[in-house]
Amino acid sequence: MGLIQIGKKHEKDGDIGVITLSLEKAANWARKGSLWPMTFGLACCAIEMIAAVSSRYDVDRYGAGVFRGSPRQSDLMIVAGTVCRRMAPVIRKIYDQMPEPKYVISMGSCATSGNIYDSYSVVQGVDRFVPVDIYVPGCPPTPEALFDGILKLQDQIMQKRVFTKQPEQVRPQEKGIG
Amino acid sequence: MAQLEDQRETIYKVDPAHPETKDLPILRTEELLLNMGPQHPATHGVLKVILDLEGERITKSTVVMGFLHRGVEKLAEYGTYHQFIPHTDRLDYVCAMYNNFAYCRAVEKLMNVTVPERAEYLRTIVAEVQRIIGHLFWLGTQALDIGAMTVFFYTFRDREILLDWFDELCGARLTTSWYRIGGVERDLTASLETKIRDFLAYFPPKIDEYVVFLEKNRIWLARTVGVAVISAEDALGYGLSGPTLRGSGVDYDLRKYESYGAYPKCEFSVPVGKNGDTYDRYWIRIEEMRESIKIIRQCMDQIPKEGPVLADVPSVTLPPKNRVFTNLESMIQQFKLFSQGFDAPPGEIYCGTEAHKGELGFYIVSTGGGKPYRLKIRSPSFIHMGAFDYMAKGYMIADAVTIFGSYDIVMGECDR
Amino acid sequence: MHSLAEAIQARFPDGFLNAQEWRGDLAVTVKREALHEIGRFLKDDPSMACDYIVHVSSVDWPDEEERFEVVYEIYSIRHRHRIRVKTRVPEHDCYVDSLTDIWPGADFMEREVFDMMGIRFNNHPDMRRILMPDDFPEGYPLRKDFPLQGKGWRDTFDFLNEGAAS
Repeated sequence: MGLIQIGKKHEKDGDIGVITLSLEKAANWARKGSLWPMTFGLACCAIEMIAAVSSRYDVDRYGAGVFRGSPRQSDLMIVAGTVCRRMAPVIRKIYDQMPEPKYVISMGSCATSGNIYDSYSVVQGVDRFVPVDIYVPGCPPTPEALFDGILKLQDQIMQKRVFTKQPEQVRPQEKGIG
Repeated sequence: MAQLEDQRETIYKVDPAHPETKDLPILRTEELLLNMGPQHPATHGVLKVILDLEGERITKSTVVMGFLHRGVEKLAEYGTYHQFIPHTDRLDYVCAMYNNFAYCRAVEKLMNVTVPERAEYLRTIVAEVQRIIGHLFWLGTQALDIGAMTVFFYTFRDREILLDWFDELCGARLTTSWYRIGGVERDLTASLETKIRDFLAYFPPKIDEYVVFLEKNRIWLARTVGVAVISAEDALGYGLSGPTLRGSGVDYDLRKYESYGAYPKCEFSVPVGKNGDTYDRYWIRIEEMRESIKIIRQCMDQIPKEGPVLADVPSVTLPPKNRVFTNLESMIQQFKLFSQGFDAPPGEIYCGTEAHKGELGFYIVSTGGGKPYRLKIRSPSFIHMGAFDYMAKGYMIADAVTIFGSYDIVMGECDR
Repeated sequence: MHSLAEAIQARFPDGFLNAQEWRGDLAVTVKREALHEIGRFLKDDPSMACDYIVHVSSVDWPDEEERFEVVYEIYSIRHRHRIRVKTRVPEHDCYVDSLTDIWPGADFMEREVFDMMGIRFNNHPDMRRILMPDDFPEGYPLRKDFPLQGKGWRDTFDFLNEGAAS
């Protein structure tokens, strides 16, 4: 998938300094290169998320290093860790506060399925009340695995249609999830 | 202590008779409630604190926790003793090895298993490596919370070296599960030994580097010296342990008091603070890293060259892996130990271990059979949070972050 | 019998029930009416000087008449001894005197015992749940009759519909 189209479709093509591409791709390219994640550490995976930000791994290489403290400024929520039922309303509220377009990565087995915590207080997967785009497996996933998830999400963003009407955002209560 | 109370009183109370305030018009004042968390960048996880404020001074703080309560103590009652080891990794996920160590020690006490000498040394080496990792993590994040970002990158650089070492040792960076009841899972290889010796030479100058960043940093000093002072008597009454207690001048360190592992054979000192403030707790952690280096070096020199790394008690400990894959009886034994567990004698024990945060204890009640009847985790983070209200009274809002940062809390262990 | 247990028995002949020593741990069972006094004695008496509170725990024995057991583990930094003080509570009268005034750290630990096992503490400054939310509908999780997966609370997401209505 070439982002930049080179070819004689326009009279200025071939001119150095001029590229042609569709506006949709340009918008998606800009979006994927500036994912602003939210610092949303819940449990063990948060430590690997911190490691991904710090000196060796440096998530900034993928444009996803500007961790924000506020959901209003971020467009990627990395749910890193065990989701307890007591935390669930908070997660949903934070998700609702994020502006569109927004993406969710479920990092680690706990956020994905509850992992070994099949107990009275642990939600068996964050996707029961928040739509998830990418699942990253591992307990905890290494920073490399998180990067893989971010790259997959970037691929997914490139496929999105920006200027045509999107189907309604999945609302869990309407779909009867959970 | 009374003097401290007076000091706090005068900090935030305006004296109406004072010449400078006497003529001021009386303004309406009201208390302010500030809610921090549960999603806050500086709370080290999902912790909520409700602060009652008078101006910027904290008059009362209510800790609300349980946002990461996973029911580990209940889950323990449904699994065998061996199956609980991976759960301990995820209690204090910054410091998984030490949790394994504490739990295995408790079960060994219950089952009366003696660990082979080489295994004791290996356990001590890895536990001290884990202590360094824990303190590096603490130092980086605490400095970040206070506003000194550089240290964070330096400590994480060195932490990664040790995490790679763990990766080679047991295949995981954080959730290691390397300890086994009666010993450890596998021996050190020659490459791991060289790597740890290289690290011993590499690391001490790096500690001085962190100290250079912080010890003359005016902001760091202003925000740690004299902040969150607690006297020795109060610290004991609140059950504080680890560097938080030693900062107040009590030399309570289980490595010395109830020595275990290879610690009795090593010479090391326990750094003890004087003032009981955040700076002393920082200083103790720095010194403990230096002591850990000493302990690891001595263990590397003293460790027996050969010997088993897992006790040979077939009714309790796992058979060696090479026998499991070649010998039918060993395979059945392994299967039975994991699915049914060993038959523990009825009784109850408490076993405390000095993790890098404080005393991590396991209280196990057994009624016989392969599963614990009740398993209680005495986690330092939870107990430290009990003292938060007392310690934060009279300080600024900004100090709240410093105070619970100085306990080194991890919510996985706090809420369990 | 251990000398510390003997000292407690000599001082509180009525409150003392029995003492056990196993694997080097001393456990003393006392009557719950005497618990507070014994706690005070253990803290203040110079030969005891148990100034450090280690943990407060609870055990559920559903088949026995006095169903719950509250366990205090205390330590003396000066004498380096550890004592476990246990007391029994029946289910219909689930109250123990709080030791918060002796060791302030007992505050959170007792709240945890209340939260997990449902044992209430008299004279406790703030007897609320601590790990579970205040409106947790299902009872006390660590009791033996509580199912591991709970009774459905973890799978109900009522907050989703609240958001849709507004």
